[in-house]
Amino acid sequence: MFSMNEFGNNLYSGKTSFPFVARRKLWFVIAILLVVGSALVPLFRPVQFSIEFTGGSQFMVVDPSSRNQSLATEAVRSVVSDATTKVVIVNDKDVRVQTDQMSPKDTQLVKAALADAFDVKADEVADSFIGPAWGANVTRQSLWGLAIFLALTFLILGIYFRTWKMSAASIIGLLDVLIITVGIYALAGFEISPAAVIGFLTILAYSLYDTTVVFDKVRENTAEDVNQTTRTFGESVNLAVNQTLIRSINTSVVAALPVGAILFIGALWFGAETLTSISLSIFVGILVATYSTLFVAAPLYAAFREHEPALIAHDKKVMEQRERSAVNA
Amino acid sequence: MASTSPTRHAWRVLLGLLIVTAVLFGINSLGVYVFKTDAGKAASAWAPELALDLQGGTQIILEAATPDGSAPSQEQLNQAVSIIRQRVDASGVAEADITTEGGRNIVVQIPGPADQQTRDRIQASAKLEFRAVIQTAAPATEFAGEDGKSTPYPTPDASLQATPTVKPTDDSDPNWVTPKLQAELLAFDCNAERDGNAPEDEPLIACESDGSAKYILGPMELDGTVINDATAGREQQSGRWTVNLEMDAKGTKVFGEISQRLNANRLANLSPRDQFAFVLDGKVISAPVMQAAILNGKPSISGNFTQESAKALADQLKYGALPLSFTVQSSDTVSATLGSQQLQYGLIAGLIGLALVALYSLITYRALGWVIMASIAVMGVLTYIIIAILAWRMGFRLSLAGVAGLIVSIGFTADSFIVYFERIRDELRDGKSITASVEDGWGRAKRTIYISKSINVLAAVVLFILADATVKGFAFTLGLTTLIDVFIFVIFTHPVMQLLARTRFFGGGHKLSGLDPHSLGAVYRGRAQFRDVTVGSTGRAARAKGARGEAEKRQTIAERKRAESFAAYGSKDAGKDSDS
Repeated sequence: MFSMNEFGNNLYSGKTSFPFVARRKLWFVIAILLVVGSALVPLFRPVQFSIEFTGGSQFMVVDPSSRNQSLATEAVRSVVSDATTKVVIVNDKDVRVQTDQMSPKDTQLVKAALADAFDVKADEVADSFIGPAWGANVTRQSLWGLAIFLALTFLILGIYFRTWKMSAASIIGLLDVLIITVGIYALAGFEISPAAVIGFLTILAYSLYDTTVVFDKVRENTAEDVNQTTRTFGESVNLAVNQTLIRSINTSVVAALPVGAILFIGALWFGAETLTSISLSIFVGILVATYSTLFVAAPLYAAFREHEPALIAHDKKVMEQRERSAVNA
Repeated sequence: MASTSPTRHAWRVLLGLLIVTAVLFGINSLGVYVFKTDAGKAASAWAPELALDLQGGTQIILEAATPDGSAPSQEQLNQAVSIIRQRVDASGVAEADITTEGGRNIVVQIPGPADQQTRDRIQASAKLEFRAVIQTAAPATEFAGEDGKSTPYPTPDASLQATPTVKPTDDSDPNWVTPKLQAELLAFDCNAERDGNAPEDEPLIACESDGSAKYILGPMELDGTVINDATAGREQQSGRWTVNLEMDAKGTKVFGEISQRLNANRLANLSPRDQFAFVLDGKVISAPVMQAAILNGKPSISGNFTQESAKALADQLKYGALPLSFTVQSSDTVSATLGSQQLQYGLIAGLIGLALVALYSLITYRALGWVIMASIAVMGVLTYIIIAILAWRMGFRLSLAGVAGLIVSIGFTADSFIVYFERIRDELRDGKSITASVEDGWGRAKRTIYISKSINVLAAVVLFILADATVKGFAFTLGLTTLIDVFIFVIFTHPVMQLLARTRFFGGGHKLSGLDPHSLGAVYRGRAQFRDVTVGSTGRAARAKGARGEAEKRQTIAERKRAESFAAYGSKDAGKDSDS
């Protein structure tokens, strides 16, 4: 009978071992294909930016008795005759109307017209207006945040692990996560909203966190290499990744469960756009981050270091010893 | 064994946690029962304060700009906030929250919907004007009628004459006061709403900013841009506080002419036409009497100033000097229904997520799953009370993004336990006793947790500093929960594990404890194989030694698979001693 404990035991002892490092060329090819694929998504499916990025006005009629979309279009036309309107039913019961930017006066008039058309109180019609500069500001701030965060992380990890190669591997793994997550997000046809941006930024934190935990074990195992001659450097890295595999699986499951719950609630009641938007990016990101740590960051680190003379010498010694014991046996 | 030092240590740490929790609750109950806000309400509450998107309301984000389009200075921005606060307060909106953001934005949050008038008023640009005083009046809007009862002044009749019969010769000329203006002055309510700025070339009715007097003022003669500097200082002889102004060339010339005119009025006893008023945003912030002709462009204002009031006026004149215009960057109205719906969805999602995590933990870690749940419960209590305190001390409001941060943190928190438990299991697999595994696993897990959680906190801090309001709420909860997570890990989870390891159920490695050495493939390698573990402190390893002998007796003979694996990769033990 398959038992998780036994699986864990075998991974720990090395009896069961997944070739994360040995087959790394294959993983890298897959990773590159995924990244290129994600980058190509916008070509056949243009990325939708939410109103926060494009600017415009938006109205939400909460829980009206009728869901007739043409009522909304007419109501807006009655105020601004040439307005372009986009009417969507969200939450399965609320009507969302997006228009071009409206003057404050027109906004009030449209609100009243919508309240009238859908027979709800004017207070129950939510309105938003977002200037065109707003989204650009948010984006610029986010990019700055990203750059500063990456630089600081590179430094801190470099100091903690005492090698910039681990920093570099972590950050390349991180970029891999980010590109693939955004690709999947865009492929699903979701709008990129400020909430989604929050999600992507959380993924950065999570991805680096995940990589750090695994690398800490790698550091522990490879530190032993000076004194042992039974494992090559690559094998040490691989053993560490395998030994933390159960943890990686459990972590991504446990982290994905609550986020999945938000998504599930969102899908069931379609409510809380912000929550759905944040959770989708995080949900995808958690799974991609786990994949990336195992298949990209760790093998990459092994690839970065195996050309160091000291490690080549060590690996040679290991191989010689192995041959000798084979002869003896 | 009950009184070994790890046990005592564990109890002491748990007691510390209890005290910290009690202190936090004590702090918040001070806010609830002892301290009052200015409005006389309790300063804090047991429920967290909700942000606008959860309780419904209006958020308007304005960008402030100076006439040349440059970003305003921090002082100007603060000035702008206080101007907008006055405007919002004047329109009778209670508990508006007005803050600056990112160096040039002003965020106005109003509970409930905002009408167009309020919006217009908030958006109007702020400008400092110099106007001559023509007439003053008491702030009253009522008079004692013939019957002795107080009667409100009538609303001015539209048919009253509104243009001067005689063309005014200067800006202090009483001919500006038409019968209509006169009637308006009497009926003018200093507490009532007003719209924006008055036309520059017409007289204006304005109130003293504290509401102590009403004025009819002449047309604008100068605007605030002529003020180069304003400082508070002491007069050398009398030691009184004064506000000293410095004007530019144009201001010096025009102010010189005004001062000559007003000074002549003073000598002719034409009070109050010897006064001029500084009008900021439709309110008279100061209306001094001209004491002399001032031709050097350096007037000083004296009066019953304290150091604070002189400084405040100087700041108002200096930073209010440049007109600030406000453009709406974004405006959001959330109905109360939509807000509470969103909160409800969030809470349901959180509960389901929690239940799923509990289920998974119990399946994977058996009884240890309860430790995870207990840790998350303690975390929930601490987070809740800290958020309540932060709402009081820092004005923290829980937003929808913040709720998402809290839900996401459930999973991220559980990870620190997974790292720890997996470490303990690894130690068990190496054939250590349960007590020893708990200690040694801790020594290794905590280092991993510290570094990886610092990365998380770092991300939260960077996000918090750079991001806009929505992202801030999320970054804040994520950072806060990460810190609390590490705290709980050290002060709750570890001591609880230390204590549990000494119970028969866990320490004995019961099948359902999640720490069953047998099913974890623990290896007994004979007494000689146990080396002094140098991980962490040797003291701790030594302490755990006593327990080890007992555990060894229960362990089974080594499994062959382990030996087989050594052939391929070598013993883990080979390197163990050299491990940091």
